[in-house]
Amino acid sequence: MFAATELNQKNQRTEKLVRLLFILMASLLILPVLIILGTLIYKGGGIISIDFLFTDPTNGMTEGGIFPALLGTIWLVAVALVISVPLGIAAAIYLSEYAPDNWLTRLINLAIINLAGVPSIVHALFGVGAFVVFLEFGTSILSASLTLAIMTLPVVIVSTRESLQAVPHSFREACWNMGATRWQTIRRVVLPNAVSGILTGIILEVSRTAGETAPIMFTGAVFFSPFLPQGIMDQTMAMSLHLFVVSTQVPGVPENLPYGVALVLIGMVLLMNSISIAFRMHLRGKKKW
Amino acid sequence: MVTEASPIKLEIQNLAVSYGGKTAISGINLSIREHEIFGIIGPANAGKTSFLKAINRMDMFDTNMQVEGKVLFNGQDVKKWRNVYALRSRIGVVFPLPVGLPMSIYDNVALSPQLRGIKNKAELDVIVERCLTRAALWDEVKDRLNTLGSLLSGGQQQRLTIARALSQEPELLILDEFSIAVDPVTTMRIEDVLKELKSEMTIILVTNLVQQARRLADRTAFFLDGECVEMAETEALFTRQASDPRTRDYVEGRFG
Repeated sequence: MFAATELNQKNQRTEKLVRLLFILMASLLILPVLIILGTLIYKGGGIISIDFLFTDPTNGMTEGGIFPALLGTIWLVAVALVISVPLGIAAAIYLSEYAPDNWLTRLINLAIINLAGVPSIVHALFGVGAFVVFLEFGTSILSASLTLAIMTLPVVIVSTRESLQAVPHSFREACWNMGATRWQTIRRVVLPNAVSGILTGIILEVSRTAGETAPIMFTGAVFFSPFLPQGIMDQTMAMSLHLFVVSTQVPGVPENLPYGVALVLIGMVLLMNSISIAFRMHLRGKKKW
Repeated sequence: MVTEASPIKLEIQNLAVSYGGKTAISGINLSIREHEIFGIIGPANAGKTSFLKAINRMDMFDTNMQVEGKVLFNGQDVKKWRNVYALRSRIGVVFPLPVGLPMSIYDNVALSPQLRGIKNKAELDVIVERCLTRAALWDEVKDRLNTLGSLLSGGQQQRLTIARALSQEPELLILDEFSIAVDPVTTMRIEDVLKELKSEMTIILVTNLVQQARRLADRTAFFLDGECVEMAETEALFTRQASDPRTRDYVEGRFG
């Protein structure tokens, strides 16, 4: 009675084949990651040391460490976050919780989509025009971070809006029915339950910001600086630009140096991503509804 | 005792609700007296919930929803209340799907008093205990008030929702099929509480259980296909052969 018919067998064979094909395709993704990491560790792992991280480059950047670039990237990311996080979260709260469906809302949404689609080199040129020249901030951390902030704003807005939308609508209605205002509802019910998603989005933004090169190379990051930045109006070195410089612009750099710089940069990004993943897993364990 | 002479709490004049041009209810005229339990019965899709939503201005959340006619709360048109939040805080609502907010059981009930500006912990404790007791939930949760309200069982969440509505100390309590997720024994306990609450507030009880309306309501209206077919003293509606044959069929269980 349960003997497989010929059609059953054929279906099962197809099923196995299709499954195998999909597994293969999905597994292909692992390859580039392994190759990149493997190469970097193999060729650049040896140069990484506390000294490498915390000393200045010397001898025309062919020797020494990467400290000014590392510190510069931290500066750039931190200032960009201070600008984009409040702005992005406020915009997302408006779009998710207040915005009626009208032309203004549609215009804002269109702007976000377009902003996300602008190539980073165009952002760079916009940054030069708007911040360096027009607002007279010069080539400085401020100009570079503003450019980075505008570029990553769509990431913050979209991820925040999605986290807010993931809080069930019935919670809001229950609050409104009690006479709570929109803001009381957001503060007491919506935000506390969206905060994990918002933080995850911000961490991802950090890793994106840290790796960008084009937006900062004309606006605030420099080839080489003998001084560490003292404030947001200073120029600074940055990891991503430093990698570009030591790989292509300076003759006589030992082969393992650029690999080492790349490894530190990718390490920073992976660290950020792992924190965000750990965070999500931690919160998924504490499901609230 | 509610009599003809009792003051009017809620007056509905020629109310119509439509969603994007599709009429849900129309031509509703009712007046609900202070301290009465007003029952509304009727099959699904009769417009009972649309009627309730018009009372506390929930049309403001749904751009699709159009309300025409007048709803007078304490003699004042709800559309003309400048502070709609004050209006809503005076109307407690319990909808059929229970909503336990994702905060502690205690905070679920303390939220509304806090929004009113009560900060004193001792005062809040009293309110929380009183409301949970009235909603027949206190004994089950008194030892774990700090656990999440949204993780209670469906029936418990429904009682939590009722407790939350009571924590508003509302003048008008609207219950939309509250017993849908609650077991019969607990339902009876809550029904007893409702009879007591009558002395403090006006109650609108929408129910699918015609017998529940008969047990509790002073007067009952029968809704069908977006109209109020008939409204009468409850006993009259159920015993003295209601004047409309459709009402008779419904209360005797011949349809719906």
